[in-house]
Amino acid sequence: MEVVMQSAETRTICKPGDYKSDIKPIWCPGCGDYHVLLSFTRAFAQLGLRPEDTVVVSGIGCSSRIPAYTSCYGFHGVHGRSLALATGLKVSRPDLTVVVASGDGDGYSIGGNHFIQACRRNIDMTYVVMDNRVYGMTKGQPSPTTEPDFDTALSPGGTGLSPFHPLVIALASGANFVARAFSGEPNETANILVEAIRHPGFSFVEVLSPCVTFRPDEREWKNKVHPAPVAATNDPAKAARRIMTDDGFNIGILYRGERRPYQLKAAAKAIDVGELEKDFAL
Amino acid sequence: MSKAPSIPPIFSVADLLAIAYRIELDAVERYGVLADQMETHNNPELVKIFRDLSRAESIHAAEIREMAGDSDLNERASALHSIWRKGETPEEVDLGAAHYLMTPWHALQLCLAGEKRALAFFTSIAETTKDAKVKEMAAELVEEEAEHVNLVYRLLRKYPEPANSWCQDGDPPAAQD
Amino acid sequence: MWEAEHISLAIVGSGGAGALTAGNLLLEAASRAGWHGLLTRTVGPQIRGGEAAALLRLANRPVECLADQIDLLIGIDWLNVDRFGGEIEVGPQSLVITDPVSGDLPAFVSRAGARSVEVPIKDIAKAVPDGRPNMVALGVAASLLGLTEQDLSAVIEKRLAEKGEKAIDASKAALKAGILAAARLDLGLLLPSPKARGTQRWLVSGNEMTGLGAIRGGVRFAAAYPITPASEILEWLAPNLASLGGVLFQAEDELAAINMAIGASFGGTPALTATSGPGLSLMTEAIGLATATEIPVVIVDVMRAGPSTGIPTKSEQADLNIAVYGLHGDAPHLVLAPQSIADCLFTTQWAVYLAEVLQSPAVVLSDQFIGQAVAAIDRPADVAFIGRRATAVPQTSVYKRYAIAAGGVSPMAIPGMAGGQYTADGLTHNERGTPTSNENDHRVQLDKRRSKLEQFSYGDHWATLEGDGELAVITWGSLTAAAREAVNQLRVSGFAVRLIAPRLLLPIQPDRLKAAFAGVKRVLIVEQTHGGQFHRYLRAHYDLPAELRVLNRPGPLPIRPSEIMRELREWRS
Repeated sequence: MEVVMQSAETRTICKPGDYKSDIKPIWCPGCGDYHVLLSFTRAFAQLGLRPEDTVVVSGIGCSSRIPAYTSCYGFHGVHGRSLALATGLKVSRPDLTVVVASGDGDGYSIGGNHFIQACRRNIDMTYVVMDNRVYGMTKGQPSPTTEPDFDTALSPGGTGLSPFHPLVIALASGANFVARAFSGEPNETANILVEAIRHPGFSFVEVLSPCVTFRPDEREWKNKVHPAPVAATNDPAKAARRIMTDDGFNIGILYRGERRPYQLKAAAKAIDVGELEKDFAL
Repeated sequence: MSKAPSIPPIFSVADLLAIAYRIELDAVERYGVLADQMETHNNPELVKIFRDLSRAESIHAAEIREMAGDSDLNERASALHSIWRKGETPEEVDLGAAHYLMTPWHALQLCLAGEKRALAFFTSIAETTKDAKVKEMAAELVEEEAEHVNLVYRLLRKYPEPANSWCQDGDPPAAQD
Repeated sequence: MWEAEHISLAIVGSGGAGALTAGNLLLEAASRAGWHGLLTRTVGPQIRGGEAAALLRLANRPVECLADQIDLLIGIDWLNVDRFGGEIEVGPQSLVITDPVSGDLPAFVSRAGARSVEVPIKDIAKAVPDGRPNMVALGVAASLLGLTEQDLSAVIEKRLAEKGEKAIDASKAALKAGILAAARLDLGLLLPSPKARGTQRWLVSGNEMTGLGAIRGGVRFAAAYPITPASEILEWLAPNLASLGGVLFQAEDELAAINMAIGASFGGTPALTATSGPGLSLMTEAIGLATATEIPVVIVDVMRAGPSTGIPTKSEQADLNIAVYGLHGDAPHLVLAPQSIADCLFTTQWAVYLAEVLQSPAVVLSDQFIGQAVAAIDRPADVAFIGRRATAVPQTSVYKRYAIAAGGVSPMAIPGMAGGQYTADGLTHNERGTPTSNENDHRVQLDKRRSKLEQFSYGDHWATLEGDGELAVITWGSLTAAAREAVNQLRVSGFAVRLIAPRLLLPIQPDRLKAAFAGVKRVLIVEQTHGGQFHRYLRAHYDLPAELRVLNRPGPLPIRPSEIMRELREWRS
């Protein structure tokens, strides 16, 4: 993916504010997603992306509202299918920068299979999941990353299920870049996003993004997060082991892979449509 | 080639007959499964061959039952079954070797391989056991199996190895769902 | 002995006999020799070695449906052939070729009183080194049809090339032996000579024509998830799209497939996916998304018998309801239905054009019969539609993707166009595309999406209208051919019947159907469903003549011209 850096003199698109639309988010004040929006705009500015060449694709959920809050092209699709939309788009328009936004419900529950397949395919795009360990938009049901004992109306007393391990699943499935971020550190998150977008292939960034309304306990996250103690590795098994043995709050780029990104087989030379009927002719 | 079957500890003639009985019953079942497969897949010649083999094995089974007299063959065989490696009998009719276009030659080769394994199995018991009665019975079973092997060889004379084109199908596979 | 117009044959065999391949080769050779023809195939439930039958009809005019009876039945063997009793109808006029080693004729054949003749197919094959019985049967059939060894040899060389020279030689030798065996039979057959040799014709399946129609319409992205009987569309598109610089992409499921197509279309590339009933059920949510976001996309449903997993290898017309009514909310969209193998090309191309111009999803209801049958057709005319997706972005300070304008279609910005940035949203939105719950915005956008489809002028392609009469037959899809044959036969005997077959099922065309019914007092509705879906659709949306009858039957057996004729004759009196 070609990164275009424009100096401040020639273009005016390098200010983060230029990547925000005039539409006011509906998120609750205190929501981590406000910071994530900041991180997006800072990252896009740092990369000098053209808004018209950038598409933010999302599913359904609070975090999936983000496309309309940017000044880029956006697609707010149906629940769980953002990666499929993004795949069709990127494969047919490889010139565009495609960023996919999702949440823990949209991405790991209904979107689970598409998540695994997208990691496998390693198409050049960046997947940002704002994980708040709850279904916020629908008022507080457990998600695949919710703790087993978290009491909710749909699962009184908690689900009793072990949480999903998205970062490890991503590694096992073939994602080429894996990182964990915290919304409360928007500059650091922006830096991670810049690296993720730059990195070829499928980049996955899990952003811990507290839900102040349904998970007020997550205000404590700011005290729990800390930088990952060791730099990113290029060995997926090592990265997976580190993640499976961490406390869930290691922040930073955890894996930078070297898999070749998905290559579309280009036709040697496009033939004429009329040629196709030769196979049929008697 | 399958691995040589492990030899369970044979403590008595009753044990030995129980094992031999289980071997025959498994073969009856497997040949029955193969016959059904051939019927569903429109290979009538092979249906008859596998039904005949199944019937032959059930006759062998009946003979062993008679030799065993009052002994509780099934229970005993079940108890021993659990200690055989991989849970397969030595005769091990290999369902994986089936093919919808298989010819009588293929069926008999399948059968021959199984009979040879059974023969080897009883031979090793006869050679290694320290119990005289078990040795005697094992030797008898060796003779039985040797007869079966010879029978299969004789049948094979009727059916030459088919040419390479035996598995050619004029049509491609059908997509069903 | 036979009606000079056409001849129908069937070749049956099991256990790897190769009946289907024989049928394919026979159709191709006969077509090259100048026949028009149609071939369908039917099989048992096994993946390999099952019982199989190839059913062919040859004539000196285009053939679009099977005849009522089989004139010539060739049995390589009769194992489990009763399975095909309903599909292979023989009568006293039929001729049956049977191999003595096969034993008795099947009950459904001897009951019919057909004439039988013995040919030792298996022994003849054994006498040829590596000879296969299907090639012998092919030789017999060819000989009886008046085809030459050269006709068949050319086709064998072409189609069996990958099996190697030895196989080709053995096939030709077995073929020759079959020809000789048949020549010895004195059957007194008189067939017209084929007339179309050297004319521009194609040998194609409906699924292939669907693929070509998509490409001609401009599709350059297809998302694929395999399902019987639609997979061949995707398999044909895979290399052919690539050779044009397009992409066929395999999805992990139908949910992904439809979303991928929508994503590609959002990016400016006309896109398509193809599936069958179960897949269409999965896709309905996303089709609704395409409706709401006004993104063009074509979804081909090659219908098979349902409900649920149903009979995957057999045809039916019972996906009409889900295609027309299956989207939640009020979601007007396009539904079209091809009427023949050749029409798959036109209708799919038209569907792509309409989807692009009207910025709407279009469901194309093909079916297993049309999709998988193979026919020799006259080369279809090249059709060019004028018009394409409107993408010019007006230079305003804020781009309004869903601006209200005459005609209801608003220009669609494509990513890459500066100043055109917008977020496509399934949420109800205003003209700019911003989510809203305002009653006026909701109403305005609902009106927009409905009126753009209703205002459009679809031209004469909306339906097939043939003949005049006080009695009419109305049907759709693959039954159009059988109805046409019935109507044409009745017309010959002085009984005038009008044939109406809509190609555009949604948006409804009440004024035009009303005009089509002018002078019609009685209408026979013909459809291949158990629940009368087409009947209910017509009643719900159209004014119908006072007297109405319905001939409906679910799959798996096709509805024959004679059945329709019988209904019409009875009703006339």
